[in-house]
Amino acid sequence: MTRSRTAFAAILAKDLRGELRTLQSLPAMALFAVTTFVVFRFGLDRTSLSGSLASGVLWATLLFAALLGVNRLFVAEREEGGFDAIRLAPIDRSALFAAKATALLVYLLALELVVVPVFAIFFLDSAAALGPLVAVLLLADLGLAATGTLISSMAVHSRARDLLGPLVLLPLVVPLMIAATGASEPLLAAGGPGYHRFGTWLAVLCLYDLVFLLVGYAVFDFLLED
Amino acid sequence: MEPGQATDEPALSVAGLRRDYGERTALDGVGLELARGQTLLVLGPNGAGKTTLLRILATLLRPSGGEVRAFGCALPDEAWRLRGRIGFLGHEPLLYRDLSGRENLRFHARLHGLPRDEAEARIATLLAATGMERRAEERVAELSAGMRQRLAICRCVLHEPELLLLDEPDSNLDAEGRELAGAMIGPAEGRTRVVVSHDPERFEAEADQVLRLEAGGRPVLA
Repeated sequence: MTRSRTAFAAILAKDLRGELRTLQSLPAMALFAVTTFVVFRFGLDRTSLSGSLASGVLWATLLFAALLGVNRLFVAEREEGGFDAIRLAPIDRSALFAAKATALLVYLLALELVVVPVFAIFFLDSAAALGPLVAVLLLADLGLAATGTLISSMAVHSRARDLLGPLVLLPLVVPLMIAATGASEPLLAAGGPGYHRFGTWLAVLCLYDLVFLLVGYAVFDFLLED
Repeated sequence: MEPGQATDEPALSVAGLRRDYGERTALDGVGLELARGQTLLVLGPNGAGKTTLLRILATLLRPSGGEVRAFGCALPDEAWRLRGRIGFLGHEPLLYRDLSGRENLRFHARLHGLPRDEAEARIATLLAATGMERRAEERVAELSAGMRQRLAICRCVLHEPELLLLDEPDSNLDAEGRELAGAMIGPAEGRTRVVVSHDPERFEAEADQVLRLEAGGRPVLA
């Protein structure tokens, strides 16, 4: 294993171990999402959603729940000297970007493992859409992880990080959310999943992921400089 | 010859070093030359730029002007050649509060690419040397400031660096801790050292050179 891969594995393992011990991000994200579904259920006064409304409720909730994890992603690095430790080590700093993006991806997948079934119970007449929805979730999570990691690494240096992170991140993920809701809408249509323009939206998600993974890899070293 | 490989070059060579934070100048015209294996003691009041100097030498800050070379590597351009050869002990212990002392040291060993068996052996030796064996499994958050400093010293020398950059290394240490730390980061180890301190009497006997800085980061001319 190369030194950067070892560093990637070490940082990722450290983050996941820390989250398992302290439960600082995931429970808050899950609680937020479930509470939001409850609010939507009673606010819309509907026991069943479909199409664009179901897609919008799902992705708005997941996005704002994800922000809670994004805001905390680099807090330990900032407050406990992790940035300095990593900058002193003879490793490619993109290992930190890759490890943090992977950690965020794991948080998002774990979140969805809990809250998407809750969404289905609250709002869907059938669970048939959940299978193909996995592809959309995976691709959107990857893009959110890449963009969220990039923005979080910048915002964490500011005292107003809780405000700055979402302010910068939300406009950047608009294309991702358009593609994710566009791909989910036919899957959640009344009467069973459809696939109208499904492939096109998946291609947009892939493109978004590729662009932001490359941007993150390219600029992360620069972002860690003083 | 590869930069950093020459043995006749000084360990540290600094000329006209300046560092600004916006309008404020933290270091202004600092120069020094330190041979390998020697110790430089940096003295000065609060706000004299001592920590800034150390962070520049550690490749953690970019200088605003002047020339800095460490083991033949020009900073900041060749900083990547120097990383891994520096042991940095700053105001923060660079330890994660939710990991145990041993887990923290394992993490740093992996960052520095130490083979697992070698890392475990070194960690055990260092924990024993600092009297931290029995507290090694406790989370750092549960340790006292002195215990954290002992662990930070272990972290600092874990990868056997050639250059030690020590900012108030005795901070929070009791008499026993100072003695144990002295054995690990003292001059007897033969490493090149830059020590920042407010206490000249504590380190003056160990120092081959003394750099005095005054407020504003200007070196005091003897």
